[in-house]
Amino acid sequence: MAPVRNDYSLSQLDSLQAESIHIIREVAAEFERPVLLFSGGKDSIVMLALAERAFWPARIPFPVMHVDTGHNFPEVMEFRDRRVAEAGVRLVVASVQASIDVGRVVEETGRWASRNRLQTTTLLDAIAEHQFDAVFGGARRDEEKARAKERVFSFRDEFGQWDPKNQRPELWGVYNTRIRRGEHIRVFPLSNWTELDVWEYISREGLEIPSIYYAHTRTVFERDGILLADGPYTARADDEPPYGAMVRYRTVGDMSCTGAVESTATTISEVIAEIAATRITERGQTRADDRTSEAAMEDRKREGYF
Amino acid sequence: MPAETAEAVVSSWTGHHTDILRFATAGSVDDGKSTLIGRLLYDSKAIFEDQLAAVERTSRARGEQYTNLALLTDGLRAEREQGITIDVAYRYFATPRRKFIIADTPGHIQYTRNMVTGASTADLAVVLVDARNGLTEQSRRHAFLATLLRVPHLVLAVNKMDLVDYDPAVFERIAEEFSSFATKLEIADLTFIPVSALHGDNVVQRSANMRWYDGPSLLHHLEHVHIASDRNLIDVRFPVQYVIRPHQATDPELHDYRGYAGQVAGGVIKPRDEVMHLPSGFTTRVKRIDTAHGPVPEAFPPMSVTLVLEDDIDISRGDMICRPHNQPSVTQDVDAMVCWMSESRRLSPRDRLIVKHTTRTAKAIVRDLHYRLDVNTLHRHEGAGDLSLNEIGRVTLRLTHPLFCDPYTRNRQTGGIILVDEATGATVGAGMIAEKG
Repeated sequence: MAPVRNDYSLSQLDSLQAESIHIIREVAAEFERPVLLFSGGKDSIVMLALAERAFWPARIPFPVMHVDTGHNFPEVMEFRDRRVAEAGVRLVVASVQASIDVGRVVEETGRWASRNRLQTTTLLDAIAEHQFDAVFGGARRDEEKARAKERVFSFRDEFGQWDPKNQRPELWGVYNTRIRRGEHIRVFPLSNWTELDVWEYISREGLEIPSIYYAHTRTVFERDGILLADGPYTARADDEPPYGAMVRYRTVGDMSCTGAVESTATTISEVIAEIAATRITERGQTRADDRTSEAAMEDRKREGYF
Repeated sequence: MPAETAEAVVSSWTGHHTDILRFATAGSVDDGKSTLIGRLLYDSKAIFEDQLAAVERTSRARGEQYTNLALLTDGLRAEREQGITIDVAYRYFATPRRKFIIADTPGHIQYTRNMVTGASTADLAVVLVDARNGLTEQSRRHAFLATLLRVPHLVLAVNKMDLVDYDPAVFERIAEEFSSFATKLEIADLTFIPVSALHGDNVVQRSANMRWYDGPSLLHHLEHVHIASDRNLIDVRFPVQYVIRPHQATDPELHDYRGYAGQVAGGVIKPRDEVMHLPSGFTTRVKRIDTAHGPVPEAFPPMSVTLVLEDDIDISRGDMICRPHNQPSVTQDVDAMVCWMSESRRLSPRDRLIVKHTTRTAKAIVRDLHYRLDVNTLHRHEGAGDLSLNEIGRVTLRLTHPLFCDPYTRNRQTGGIILVDEATGATVGAGMIAEKG
């Protein structure tokens, strides 16, 4: 822990850490079958690190789950497996491909085809199959305006739906964990963290992150102002010429809809410098899935998206 | 942003010397609350270009004459469609001195529960008043709710000063009227600031239009208000949240490890301190205060730590660790000021509820409803039969298990309870525990 000042105030990262650990312990104490969503992205990396800190010297008392779209960055998959082994936790993989194979969902077609939305079904099926009653997600309130109104403990009915107009009031950090059979709670320990807080915590704690978060050379093409990696999942059109560029990823998601940003940042402090100076939100810059409509995120969340 | 500015921003933000101020804003759209928040976010560069562009697009599509900054904070489809704010929205911005979390709460009386929710964790509340209208029933209600929730610092921002020609007499009249109303409330720290959110007067920069005002701008006040001593650093309260037992037979040190994890709710705890366990009443000493980063020399609110004690006492979740000569009350009868938050049921005597208090949960029966409080006039209606949505009243609860609690006025953590409906699991109310007697 960073040195504390003698006036008994905590730094912003220490306050956020204390709050997140409190949230994670509360779930472990009050739920039978929690699970932590771990994609290998920066937010879930911080969340997993906080879970380790919450139970140290014991191990994390619940498994982690990856909702695997099949359209992954190989660097991230390698990182995921290594990190999970290091933490000594069980990994549950919920596969979108498997959902497609059994006919639970139908693959989208066309230029904007993505498996992003299909993940919701896979996620809800996995929650039901494993009878998870609490699901930790790495979402932050600063990401998107529908998320700005979501509770830390977000109630989901038996269909996994979020009802934004009927949320439980949340006071003093006293969290209502009561659910009925078939219902579950999504828990967001990073609710009050900003993108910059996440990066600063990664830096301060020396957390390892997948290499794609640093500047590297990659063949990309531009679609609607977003830089997509040229590859089997992005269906580049003829009028979208590929070119080599120095890029890094600001978010990590499905390869088909996650954009890169041009960058020369090869160290964590250079990444932080770029983030602090940027004038565009991370979702606006890198996520094709949020551009569908003004309420794209709200609509997906209502259906049970992360 | 030029490169050198970016570097300056980064170095100030990464210095770890900043702390967090949580503040709630109350007021209606008419008071200019959204404009004020928009101004704070915009001037501190917390609004990004794509967010602003989206708002400009929507404003234009609606045929509005100016960019409607309220659209930045109204996140839900229903809110945008109906032009209202439904729920508490949390906003984030930072300056080199502090990180800020805004709980932006809608002002109308039907959203009292949202204001109560937002105020429950706030270090400071900003109540907005329109300079042209002066104090209204609504501004009195907001100030009352902020004090009921024991928000330690209150700012009365007298907005739209530009529309009264920046007249000091208008500001002084409102400040005086509010001060006389405030004597009925217990406000620890009250600050008046004349502003024009639209033009930015006294929001971030001191205003050249109001040279007669010698106080700080709103942002300067938010950056400098001293909050560390607002926390209770006297009464040691450590609600046990989780017992950590690694059960690792291979490592002898871990095999016998037993730590009590929790978030400090009051006081300063140090190794060697004599502590008492409740409900047993046994005393022991703190052997070590563990964190994943190593042992720490002291723990204070709101740190999350793990206590290792000298003696083996049977301690479980929901128990309390305190000091032998400074204990919370241990009681099954709790008097509380309750804000009722359910649309579907009322609170009446003999009702059954679930109470959650720190890490402890108990069943409760409502023994008595003493009065309902009119949040506008502060009049007590004795003999009220029930409380409905957004109403506040004084109740006595009888619990199945004792709580280890303090008056809410002494400690917001150990003095606050939430009320849960047994059948639906919904949170139906919040209570502030009163002093006995």
